[in-house]
Amino acid sequence: MKYYCGIDIGASTAKLVIIDPAGKIVGKSLQRSGIDYAKTAAELLSSVCARESIDRALIVRSLATGYGRDNVPWSTGKMTEIACHGKGAYFHFQKRMTVIDIGAQDSKVIHLDDAGKRESFKMNRKCAAGTGAFIEEIANRLALDISELNALAESSDHDASLGSFCTVFAATEVLEKIRAGVKVGDIVREAFNSVVKRVVEMDRIDGMLVTTGGVVAHNPFLAKLLGESFNTEAHIPPDAQYTGAFGAALFAREQVNSKSPK
Amino acid sequence: MASIELKNFEASKKMKGLMGQYFTELMGPEAKEKKIAWCTSVGPAELLRALGFEVYFPENHGAMLGATRMATDLIPLANARGFSPDICSYLTSDIGSYLKGESPFNKMGLSGPPKADVLVFNTNQCRDVKDWFQFYARQWDVPCIGLHTPRSIGDVDENIVKFVAKQIEELVEPLEKIGGNKLDMDKLKEVINLSRKCTQLWKAVLETAANSPSPITFFDETIQMGPAVVLRGRQDAIDYYEILLAELKQRLADGVGAVEGENYRIYWEGMPIWGKLKNLALQFAELQTAVVASTYCNSWIFDTLDPDKPFEGMARAYSELYICRSDEPKEAYMERMIERYNIDGVLYHNAKTCPNNSNSRYDMPQRLNAKTDIPFVIIDGDLNDLRLYSEEQTRTNIEAFCEQLSQA
Ligand code: SF4
Repeated sequence: MKYYCGIDIGASTAKLVIIDPAGKIVGKSLQRSGIDYAKTAAELLSSVCARESIDRALIVRSLATGYGRDNVPWSTGKMTEIACHGKGAYFHFQKRMTVIDIGAQDSKVIHLDDAGKRESFKMNRKCAAGTGAFIEEIANRLALDISELNALAESSDHDASLGSFCTVFAATEVLEKIRAGVKVGDIVREAFNSVVKRVVEMDRIDGMLVTTGGVVAHNPFLAKLLGESFNTEAHIPPDAQYTGAFGAALFAREQVNSKSPK
Repeated sequence: MASIELKNFEASKKMKGLMGQYFTELMGPEAKEKKIAWCTSVGPAELLRALGFEVYFPENHGAMLGATRMATDLIPLANARGFSPDICSYLTSDIGSYLKGESPFNKMGLSGPPKADVLVFNTNQCRDVKDWFQFYARQWDVPCIGLHTPRSIGDVDENIVKFVAKQIEELVEPLEKIGGNKLDMDKLKEVINLSRKCTQLWKAVLETAANSPSPITFFDETIQMGPAVVLRGRQDAIDYYEILLAELKQRLADGVGAVEGENYRIYWEGMPIWGKLKNLALQFAELQTAVVASTYCNSWIFDTLDPDKPFEGMARAYSELYICRSDEPKEAYMERMIERYNIDGVLYHNAKTCPNNSNSRYDMPQRLNAKTDIPFVIIDGDLNDLRLYSEEQTRTNIEAFCEQLSQA
């Protein structure tokens, strides 16, 4: 059996996926990206290989993506996270689609045609609004663990959002709400709604809406709100936090098959 | 990929000498006797030269502050003085440099920008230039005069030309008084003639990039344009571009491209990111992509300067510029450029502090894409203020854009 590996070293989390020739995920793992990307990459690879009893020598090609894509010495190629998220999302739905990836530090909107070819893309401006960093900051202010947010937001039927573009201003708004005795669930839902608004104002969507990344993987309710804002349903692919790494693995497989390694 | 090297031009050494000589004329010991006029980069430099002024262009200093990355440390000083971080970062860099008394000129053994006897602006590009010049006018108690060219012009019709030409003529009298010389019309014609020749040669330089592979990139041009900006109207600028053009023609004859293995050709819309020219040039070279044309470098082509109609010719040339036009002529221009330079993709630089040179804000990329089917990418940054620039986002945006071009 041959395997292909994709590794996505993101701003906060590094994800690694190993697939078989059919594109099935046979091993995956994640950990904080940390401060030494090469070390993180090596740790991820050995832990997945050990856990799934995969012989490293059978991994015929590896491709890196994400912020740390240049820091994986053993990868045989690299692509941007824009290409990889598109590739990974398209694999599951095979339709004209708009992929929205909400990452820790940036959000991306990627338009793909029926054949999965990219038509255009947009990354958010350099600002935490509309990213995972914003949600983390709000969780911090509310002394909540990130894992509690989804259920809390879902428990609220209060459909407002924080008004400000700026994370610092939004955090101040949160303080005001705490002082005014607003329910925590309502505040979290407002925070979700503001992430949604920041994303909605980035770009239009065409075709089916697919959302990827750690934020929606852990907070499917946020994806639901995002879909509602676009008047459509937001689809979340399996292993949504791994979509970039999975896409990278698919590119690795494709490059071997087309025999035109980059 | 660290092995990629950028190709230098032989001519560049000459340019350094030429620019150094010009700066010394303005700021060296011999400058004491001279009358100095500050002028905006697309202001009436020909008139000032004909009247015997030494002409200094503070935007050139702004670009130097950006390219040396001194700007990011100096801008906060101007911010604290009352000039917002949201306005022109040439202005804030330059005023910061003045407040701190530090300039890239110091490294050349020169004391710093010369004190003006008069500051002459043209609002064809923006209002900031006037605000900028007025700061110094107050500091030094010297006159600040200029042209109020309309902006967002559709057709440059006779009314506009007359309106601006009249304003140029009205500058003559106060400038004669300040400079102490009467305007000699023959001299003005001569300067205009030299200026036109210079910009025609500059145009020829830029047009060599219509070839594939292109012998020159936008990043080279931002450096090579120095003489076209600050020395137009003088013979030495013409001599320089003749040398550079010959070198480019040689590259064409030898099939030498500025980017090894040129695969894709990009149009750069907007200002350079001065502090990142080299990084960007290297990234594009690695991606085997040549940035072959730009609005910015093409803005110093003044086809309609006319020695026989000095005032009208200047008025027309300085009002026809891309920067002071409305979106229709801008779009038509871009379409022609995309065609002429065989462009695969357009990069819009949305410079935070210069709305005047940022054309991605009113739906133009989307409209042009619908018309031409040429993809685009927008990067957020700034000409000088690197606090507004994200290296990683820009790098990823550019890389992702080239990936997209490779699918086509
Ligand atoms: S056009 Fe832009 S960069 Fe140039 S002086 Fe005006 S505001 Fe500054």
